[in-house]
Amino acid sequence: MMLSAGKKAIFYVLLIISAFLIAGPALMAIVMSFMTNQDILTGSLPTTISLDNYFAAFTRFPLLQYFLNSFIVSIVIMLGQLILSALAAYAFVFLEFKGRDFLFYLFIATMMVPFEASVIPNFHIIRDLGWIDRYSGLTVPFFATAFGTFLLRQNFKQIPKELREASQIEGIGDFKFFLKVILPVSRTSLVTYGIYSFLTSWNMYLWPLLVTTNDTVRTVQIGLKQLQTQEQLNDWGVIMAGAVIIILPTLILLFLGQKKLQKGLTEGALK
Amino acid sequence: MSQVELIDITKSYDKQKDVLNGINLSIEEGEFFVLVGPSGSGKSTLLRMIAGLEEISGGFLKINDQTVNHLPPKERNLSMVFQNYALYPHLTVEQNILFGLKARKVEKREQQIRLMEAAEMLGLTELLKRKPRELSGGQRQRVALGRSVVSHAPLCLMDEPLSNLDAKLRANMRVQIRRLQKQLGLTMIYVTHDQVEAMTMGDRIMVLNEGKIQQVGKPITLYNEPENLFVASFIGSPKMNLGNAAFFADGNHLIIENQLHISIDPDVIMGVPKDRNLKVGIRAEHLFPGESKKDHIHHLEAVNVEQLGNETLIAFEVGSELWTAKWPGQWTIEFGQKVPVQILPQYLLFFDVETGQLIQSADIGKLREVVTI
Amino acid sequence: MRMANSALEANETFMYQVERVKKKNRKLSFIKGMLFLLPSLILFSVFLFYPMLKTIYLSFFLTDAKGATTVFVGWDNYKEIFTDSVFLKGMKNTFLFVFYTVPLTVIISLFLTVIANEKLKGIGVFRTIFSSTMGVSVAAASVFWLYLFNPTMGLLNKFLELLGAESIGWLTDPDWALFAVSVTTIWMNIGFTFLILLGGLQSIDSSLYESADIEGSSYFYKLRRITIPMLSPTLFFVITVSIINAFQTFGQIDILTQGGPANETNLIVYSIYREAFVNYQFGSASAQAIVLFIFILLMTALQFKLGERRVHYQ
Repeated sequence: MMLSAGKKAIFYVLLIISAFLIAGPALMAIVMSFMTNQDILTGSLPTTISLDNYFAAFTRFPLLQYFLNSFIVSIVIMLGQLILSALAAYAFVFLEFKGRDFLFYLFIATMMVPFEASVIPNFHIIRDLGWIDRYSGLTVPFFATAFGTFLLRQNFKQIPKELREASQIEGIGDFKFFLKVILPVSRTSLVTYGIYSFLTSWNMYLWPLLVTTNDTVRTVQIGLKQLQTQEQLNDWGVIMAGAVIIILPTLILLFLGQKKLQKGLTEGALK
Repeated sequence: MSQVELIDITKSYDKQKDVLNGINLSIEEGEFFVLVGPSGSGKSTLLRMIAGLEEISGGFLKINDQTVNHLPPKERNLSMVFQNYALYPHLTVEQNILFGLKARKVEKREQQIRLMEAAEMLGLTELLKRKPRELSGGQRQRVALGRSVVSHAPLCLMDEPLSNLDAKLRANMRVQIRRLQKQLGLTMIYVTHDQVEAMTMGDRIMVLNEGKIQQVGKPITLYNEPENLFVASFIGSPKMNLGNAAFFADGNHLIIENQLHISIDPDVIMGVPKDRNLKVGIRAEHLFPGESKKDHIHHLEAVNVEQLGNETLIAFEVGSELWTAKWPGQWTIEFGQKVPVQILPQYLLFFDVETGQLIQSADIGKLREVVTI
Repeated sequence: MRMANSALEANETFMYQVERVKKKNRKLSFIKGMLFLLPSLILFSVFLFYPMLKTIYLSFFLTDAKGATTVFVGWDNYKEIFTDSVFLKGMKNTFLFVFYTVPLTVIISLFLTVIANEKLKGIGVFRTIFSSTMGVSVAAASVFWLYLFNPTMGLLNKFLELLGAESIGWLTDPDWALFAVSVTTIWMNIGFTFLILLGGLQSIDSSLYESADIEGSSYFYKLRRITIPMLSPTLFFVITVSIINAFQTFGQIDILTQGGPANETNLIVYSIYREAFVNYQFGSASAQAIVLFIFILLMTALQFKLGERRVHYQ
């Protein structure tokens, strides 16, 4: 569609205003993280720029430990979700067996159970397993997902059935076919779902709050809350420095994978 | 020895009506056997049952005199080429060709020998390091053939392998596949919807329609003596001209489509009942140009003319039907022009209207056209 | 005759064997299918189905601080929560919260999607910015807005001051707190909603627009007659997802208001959390969880049922 210069100008004005409003809070946080507390309190524009707040955040708080924990937890959840949902999606697309449809509806049914509604017994299970303050307690409950299974199922369905038939004739078993053909062929969608999975795991809040009681496995999100509640008398520069650090990995990931996510999630959501 | 034998094979899905019914067939070793039929005729299903990709609902399937109904595909010792080639997109040509051999744990050296052999045979030597998406349609097709060649399986199944190629390439690949099959002594079962492919490639052809065998035989037999109306109109291009016909009371005159009156020597049509409605058929090349001839001349209105260069296709209106004549050479004919056409009764085929079965074929056709050298 | 008979018999025994092999194959493929699904099924059972059933079970009991059941009380927990003014207020607040956040999130995102779908230079940068809040965690977003809402230093009140208006206790004034939390939530959710809507918009066949252009349709006519109807399945999806998300809101409350002031922002999940993990009343917390479960169940069922029918699919 061709736009006249006037219309273009209108669109640019709208886009720029919107962009400013959307990016505003994050931009403000970034600017504040480089400002001295003096400047913040007086509400002036930054007079000096320094990294002091970042030093403070890392030295006064075990932020590095939180960061590492979040990485481990997010990577483990991502891998767990990818493996389990890829296996399940394969069964739903390529295998035929009795009860498959029933199990498929069972997977759908899991989408109707919000995690928050079953959080109490889940907490007790983790406690009874001795998984409080352990990576396992933070990760294992999230490995099985219906959403991931559907997303990958959608992608596997686009792989020609003939590939499997050709392998059957050549004497290649299902697991080998899954490993050697399906996974490499659908790596784009695996990456897409992996990004999404990492993003949501990194940003988890309620569960890490419940199952971590000390710094050993505590994630950055809970760390930030600690930072915010413990930091004496509104040292906002340090708090913002912490917030900026924890959104950095996800923002980078989002910027890199935005196109893929947009395409992948729309397909998974609507087909 | 017959290599593949089908005894009373049926296929039905979940209590629905049969997709295939009472298929009896035996295919000889080293034979190029073509299954042809319109889409939905069940030809691909039949092939996939032979491959072991579909369960057989009833009857027996024997390969090398062994009943194999229950065996998985890999134990049937066959190879298969698919319509979309089914190449693994993430593997190179070489890896694609060797994928099955690796799975079967064929020795490394043997793998390389077979790979080189196949690559040379199919002209793939230069392409071994490429990925399928970097290949043209014809090249992909050859890789798929290569996969089948290296397996050394004596039986090869092909499911419409040429239908994704353009016309020129298709003609070329027909020759290649045919040569490969003879060279390797393969038994080939080849599925296509294209009767030209069937005619040009098959040692024998089976015509399938709505899950039932229509006719099995040599291409020329199917062309000259189609057992029923379906085969008559399916085999041959342009398709056979057909028309409703009836005899006059005297039995010496035939009237076709209420338009053409043909006098017939009763000896020619001994076996044809005179008291019934019939369908008659005549091949396009048997509607001869009639200008310098005297007998059996009919003046027909030309409604379309197609110049092919070496021959001319002329469509005539005959009652409610359009008949096509194929004349050698180049003819200048105007649309709407009345053209003299010679229709000799010896060339007519007679079919039963109700059953569609052949009553009598054109004797003269058989005698004159098959030239043995 | 005898030969034919024995051949027939041989056939029959063979068919019998074939049937047995078929049965065995079916069993094998069942086992294979289950092996692929087993990891998911086990984890679903342990961390989803069992806990859900356990929640129902717990909702009929009183418990000790460890979560062990002590007294069976039947429906009392339910009777209690539905007469408890705090819980009822929480319910009301939750619905109000849904009502504040969902329409605005969708409308703003739709607006952003429409302006970001034009073919303009640098549009990629704008798309990235609009989707960026998806990468901001609930904790970080809450901290950003905690500062913006700060009564003395916060930018919002400074802005009001500039206009000469009275400053507002965004998070401390009962009239404003839920609104403030809603604003935070809307901002957070715009990224995801925008991304999904943009995906939906770009999958609309461009020939529809081209033919409308040839007919000389105006911009808004195309928006109303092509964009919105063709986008309706996507819109429907984001609406239901937003509603479900709104029901599950927790993090912003925990950081911004802790449910206050005067329980004005005590939404249902926060209420469950407090009842269970602060007051150790696992029985009544479970009853609340069941209420939440029923709401979400209804929403999801609605999504599956209406998603197919009412909405225009191409």
